[in-house]
Amino acid sequence: MIAEPVISIVNAVLFVLLAPLLGGLIAGIDRKVTARMQGRVGPPILQPFYDVGKLFEKENMVVTVTQHFYVLSYLVFMVVAGALFFSGGDMLLVIFAFTLSHIFLVLGAYASYSPYSHIGAERELIQIIAYEPMIIFTAVGMYMVTQSFNVSAIVNSGIPIILYLPGVFIGYLIVLTIKLRKSPFDLSTSHHAHQEIVKGVTTDFSGSNLGKIEIAHWYEYVFLLGVVYLFFGFNPVLAVAAIIIAYFLEILIDNTISRVKWQLTLRSAWLIAGTLGIVNLGVLYYLKGVIMP
Amino acid sequence: MTYLKKSPWVIHYDASSCNGCDIEVLAALTPVYDLERFGIINTGNPKHADIFLITGSVNEQNKEVVKNLYEQIPDPKVVVAIGICAASGGIFRECYNVLGGVDKVIPVDVFVPGCAARPESIIDGVVTALGILESKRLVMKENGKKTMEKSGSAE
Repeated sequence: MIAEPVISIVNAVLFVLLAPLLGGLIAGIDRKVTARMQGRVGPPILQPFYDVGKLFEKENMVVTVTQHFYVLSYLVFMVVAGALFFSGGDMLLVIFAFTLSHIFLVLGAYASYSPYSHIGAERELIQIIAYEPMIIFTAVGMYMVTQSFNVSAIVNSGIPIILYLPGVFIGYLIVLTIKLRKSPFDLSTSHHAHQEIVKGVTTDFSGSNLGKIEIAHWYEYVFLLGVVYLFFGFNPVLAVAAIIIAYFLEILIDNTISRVKWQLTLRSAWLIAGTLGIVNLGVLYYLKGVIMP
Repeated sequence: MTYLKKSPWVIHYDASSCNGCDIEVLAALTPVYDLERFGIINTGNPKHADIFLITGSVNEQNKEVVKNLYEQIPDPKVVVAIGICAASGGIFRECYNVLGGVDKVIPVDVFVPGCAARPESIIDGVVTALGILESKRLVMKENGKKTMEKSGSAE
């Protein structure tokens, strides 16, 4: 029997090393599937790695020196959030580090002088405001079902969490669309509209700084899909299947629905959190003795 | 490793012309030719771009815009002048406000002929530009080492 702290540390190290590879592959498959849905051949699966490799070969044009600090902090806190999550840490702390990393991205975009960058930063902030309640409800819901905020306890509880939190799960999938920068909620920067508001939050980043943002995004992919795993933690095979189906649905939504304005993004995200999230949690609270052991 | 050739991101700008070449550039980016299979992305942000596609002749009004765009693209970068107007001013050469080809304002690496240039020849021009891009990267790498050594000795 290996001691629990050792397993935690090994998991965290594995995440730090393997998540970029997995995240990059997911991004590559995403682009391929998207291309096929649009009747195109599409880039090679490894294209995201080529892109990031190229960005590190390019000159790093710096608009303001503080950009380096903000971009590095974005990457570091994203890695910290993911590593805490995969080492079985406290869900609330994970969400805290996750939000903090995005705040650094927003600050990095605000640090430059370009109006495009500022619009991107504002939109990124609106997105954070939009998805944050639902992410918190996800953690609270898991606490209500398993009596623990610890990811390791939630996974090892053996409880089919999805049966208790169907509303929270659907709500989480909807904010996942915002988080993965998918249409209809790809306001601050998009994977498709490479010319719209001149690439939003990433406008004034180039070269290796843009590469770091891309790598942070790969870490984010793995972390966010890890949360999907938690809902199905009682059955790993089912969990992986759920992740694949969830991600495929995200790509499908991305390719079939046009972008909405920020008002509708905020309204729909809060409406989903307010109805599906709160009703689900309320039912759990009042029927505690009835439906739960 | 050379990732640059596998992931060239382009920015296109239409200087003064009939817009025909610009439409052909966009045609090359449609699903029919699907340039994304070569990793080519059409970006609107010069700070993300590697290849500067420019159509049409340069005039007094857009001279500064062209220069500004060129300077915002991080090194290594290449300029592809598309169509006869971008090469010499073409049919607009005699106009009172036209300076001539793009090379009057910024250094051009590849000229793509045609009026309008066909998507196939544009793609051919971009592929030629990739080779130049790669050689520029190697030069930049050498120079980067030299400047680092210089700054090291200065300290």
